[in-house]
Amino acid sequence: MSGKHRLQLRVNGVAHDREVEPRLLLSDFLRDELDLTGTHVGCEHGVCGACTVLLNGDSVRSCLCLAIQAEGSEVTTVEGLGSVDQLNSLQEKFREHHALQCGFCTPGMLMTATDLLSKNKQMSDEELREGLSGNLCRCTGYEHIVSAVRAAFADKGGDGS
Amino acid sequence: MSEAGAGNIDLTRPKIIGTSVKRVEDPRLLTGHGRFTDDVKLRGTLHVAFVRSDHAHARIDAIDTSAAAEMPGVVGVYSAAELDQMTSPVFATSKMKDYHATPVRALASGKARFAGEPVVAVVAESRYLAEDALALVDIDYAPLEALVDPELACDENAVKLYDDLPGNVLVSRSFGMGEAEAVLAAAPQTVSGRFRFHRKSPTALEPRAYLADYDQGSRALTLYASTQVPGIIRDCLVDVLDMPGSKLRVIAGDVGGGFGGKASLNPEEILVCALARHLGRPVKWTADRMEDLLSTSQSFDEIVDAELAVGEDGRFLALKADILGDVGAFSIYPWTAALEPMQVAGFLPGPYKIENFQANVRAVATNKAPMGPYRGVGRPISAFVLERLIDMAAKKIGMDPAEIRRRNFVREDEFPHKIGSGIVWDRSGFLDCLEQVIERADYDGLRRHRESARAEGRWFGIGLASYAELTGIGSRLSAAPGMPINTGTESATIQVDSSGAVTAHFGIASHGQGLETTLAQIVAEEMGVRLEDVEVVQGDTAAVAHSTGTYASRSAVIAGGAGTLTARTLRSKVIEAASHLLEADVKDIDFAESLISVRGTNKTMSLRELARAVYSQMGSLPAEVRAKVDLQASEFYDPHFGTTTCATHLAAVEVDPETYKVTIHTFVVSEDCGRVINPLIVDGQVHGGVAQGIGAALFEEVVYDETGQNISASLVDYVVPSAAEVPPMTVHHLDALAPSTLGGYRGMGEGGTIGAPAAIANALSDALGHLDVEISELPMTPERLFRVVEAAQAQKGE
Ligand code: FES
Ligand code: FES
Repeated sequence: MSGKHRLQLRVNGVAHDREVEPRLLLSDFLRDELDLTGTHVGCEHGVCGACTVLLNGDSVRSCLCLAIQAEGSEVTTVEGLGSVDQLNSLQEKFREHHALQCGFCTPGMLMTATDLLSKNKQMSDEELREGLSGNLCRCTGYEHIVSAVRAAFADKGGDGS
Repeated sequence: MSEAGAGNIDLTRPKIIGTSVKRVEDPRLLTGHGRFTDDVKLRGTLHVAFVRSDHAHARIDAIDTSAAAEMPGVVGVYSAAELDQMTSPVFATSKMKDYHATPVRALASGKARFAGEPVVAVVAESRYLAEDALALVDIDYAPLEALVDPELACDENAVKLYDDLPGNVLVSRSFGMGEAEAVLAAAPQTVSGRFRFHRKSPTALEPRAYLADYDQGSRALTLYASTQVPGIIRDCLVDVLDMPGSKLRVIAGDVGGGFGGKASLNPEEILVCALARHLGRPVKWTADRMEDLLSTSQSFDEIVDAELAVGEDGRFLALKADILGDVGAFSIYPWTAALEPMQVAGFLPGPYKIENFQANVRAVATNKAPMGPYRGVGRPISAFVLERLIDMAAKKIGMDPAEIRRRNFVREDEFPHKIGSGIVWDRSGFLDCLEQVIERADYDGLRRHRESARAEGRWFGIGLASYAELTGIGSRLSAAPGMPINTGTESATIQVDSSGAVTAHFGIASHGQGLETTLAQIVAEEMGVRLEDVEVVQGDTAAVAHSTGTYASRSAVIAGGAGTLTARTLRSKVIEAASHLLEADVKDIDFAESLISVRGTNKTMSLRELARAVYSQMGSLPAEVRAKVDLQASEFYDPHFGTTTCATHLAAVEVDPETYKVTIHTFVVSEDCGRVINPLIVDGQVHGGVAQGIGAALFEEVVYDETGQNISASLVDYVVPSAAEVPPMTVHHLDALAPSTLGGYRGMGEGGTIGAPAAIANALSDALGHLDVEISELPMTPERLFRVVEAAQAQKGE
């Protein structure tokens, strides 16, 4: 058996110091070691995007990262956005526009959209669809997801932020 | 007690049904607090990894598990030798003649019949350790010839999948009406073709997952399962495991999509239950995507030879079809191997009057994953075949595709109408949907656009497709032909507990449809309480005495009906109790938005106050009244035959003559789903259905090579459309008269997938009309399109 490695990182602002096997995937670390089951695993081969989290502010597929690669990083998962009682504005837009059905792709979609919102001032629908194309959704046909993210961009513009 | 204004406020009261209220499910799902099966963590859980057959067809001569069993962390390694002792096989029986059932077992016994079939299960302390041990399991296979081609599998000399059956054909049926053969022979015009719809995978985003928890103290088993049909699974496992239903509970918590792929009994479900009981510890299995693509039930895979006779006036005279369904390695429980090919035949005549109809259906076993239900079941193929024939006929007699449909629809005054397969349509807006699409999509404008595009040498085409389906099927019909279990009823139990809270229990199992919201809308409005005061319990066999689940576009109609009846009964109990407590006549009691009041007075009472009086304040009610107004109710609903849902889809596409990439320029749907409970949810269902229909038409195909290996078992090879491939679409609803179902609802979850492939196939044929290309195969990938065009050009050149 492979020996364990020390892993220090921050997840949603909370510092963790653990011993993990080097082969442990970041997605499994989040779900099984930290009990943050909001990060979903839909393929384990980097295509579906359900496992998307932010690693130091950039969206990554946590099923393609080893946990130890996140050493010293700041990870943000869906649990780090708004709460059940206080959704953040993007989550609120998803709810208003009915951008989720089964909700399995949703955490990954939200993280990718968060990344797009933080890095772009404006996006056309075509750019949005391209930007979201690494996240598969089997339920919604994307129409409402695109409207939700479009609305989030519009809000952001309105705030001047 | 509080004071509130009274009087008749019925007219001004906001309606809940018909409103796009925000979904109850969303806050938890948006914040990562949903509870999908793999999210359930129980202390001491063991994890399963499977050795799956790498042969499509092989005798299993010996299995050596000793090395794997010695690996650290491995708790046990099991094969059929052990599992056959712990469980009994399941057979999907049928009332149909000439049908052969095949066993469903936890692990392959004696023989492996498809690549990916589970043969050995390793149970270990973690999933990583279980997977490590797989390589140490040694299985001695004697390979047999792999049956991949369904036509060859029908041959009487073909190698047999089941030695005790006469052959590989599991179902063989012929039926019809009138004189199709004779009319076709004498018809002024006929069109015909061989149509091929390849194999598809449902591919819910959440892979299948099961966790069984055995409580030794009470000898009770709980199965947490990503399933659409907890009730069907529970009732089946009772026999498989020989346990009473009171000790066996199936919970489908949050389920990440199903589309039919989670609507059948799966071997892995049996296995985790048997091993949890055997080991006395929780046992979990979560599929990875490859396992899901290898082993989850698949769909379609039909060859249809069909011919349509038309008069010079465009009237359809006769239709005949030979349907061969490739149903894979076993007849799935409970739907049977008849499900998909029989539905192709049953719905083939569509929303049209065709007096002469003949269908011959065969379902043949091959060495592939089993065929099971998938969104639309058979009807995407029916619509593809018939709608293609109709466009071919229109072209032949020089009539517009919209006009030929108009001339043949069952008309307003002709309902109920029995089609040639025996299905009866009740009143539905067949023609209205077509006319609405023509208007809203600006059909004439699109045709002008097509002409100018063609003038520039571009390949642009428009396609229409109309279909009808039965939804909310009641107990007089079977959701699958010949299947002996009843799927036509649902019950609801609603209670006001001693705190005044309202809890409504249903037997359905939502997995994305938002039924916690729509059923709460129905209960709230029918009972007179606020939406936020209704808690819906579903997806749990402990909720009601009998249930099946959510599939076949049934839940809004049947569970909605049961909820309506139950809410009404409970409402009258509340009002009766209130009339005693508030000393007023029943007729003067108003109950709305969770508040009880006496009209014309300022006397009011909350539901909590009423519940406390009924349950706790003895003496507040006379004994005989108290016995009558127990604050709970339970009612059944059975729509008997169900109802008819219909739609017309319009697609406009452009094909790039260089790359053969297909771009969908316009997609418009007009549909009649009766009374809409929640418009946003309905639109979402249509969008999702259409997206899957687009996948079926252009991208998604499960490919088996000639040795029976599935060479599309990753999301790189099995292409699910992303936001970049799915176009913007518009959905319109008919404001038609509601059907006779209670509440006026029609089912609508599947339709998008039925119409889209046919509309796209017609649009592609139109775009390539100048090359005399008729699309008869789906999915039409760029490579296939290239070959079809090349073949057509070669023929033209001759
Ligand atoms: S689970 Fe990571 S991309 Fe699919
Ligand atoms: S909501 Fe189900 S996969 Fe996106």
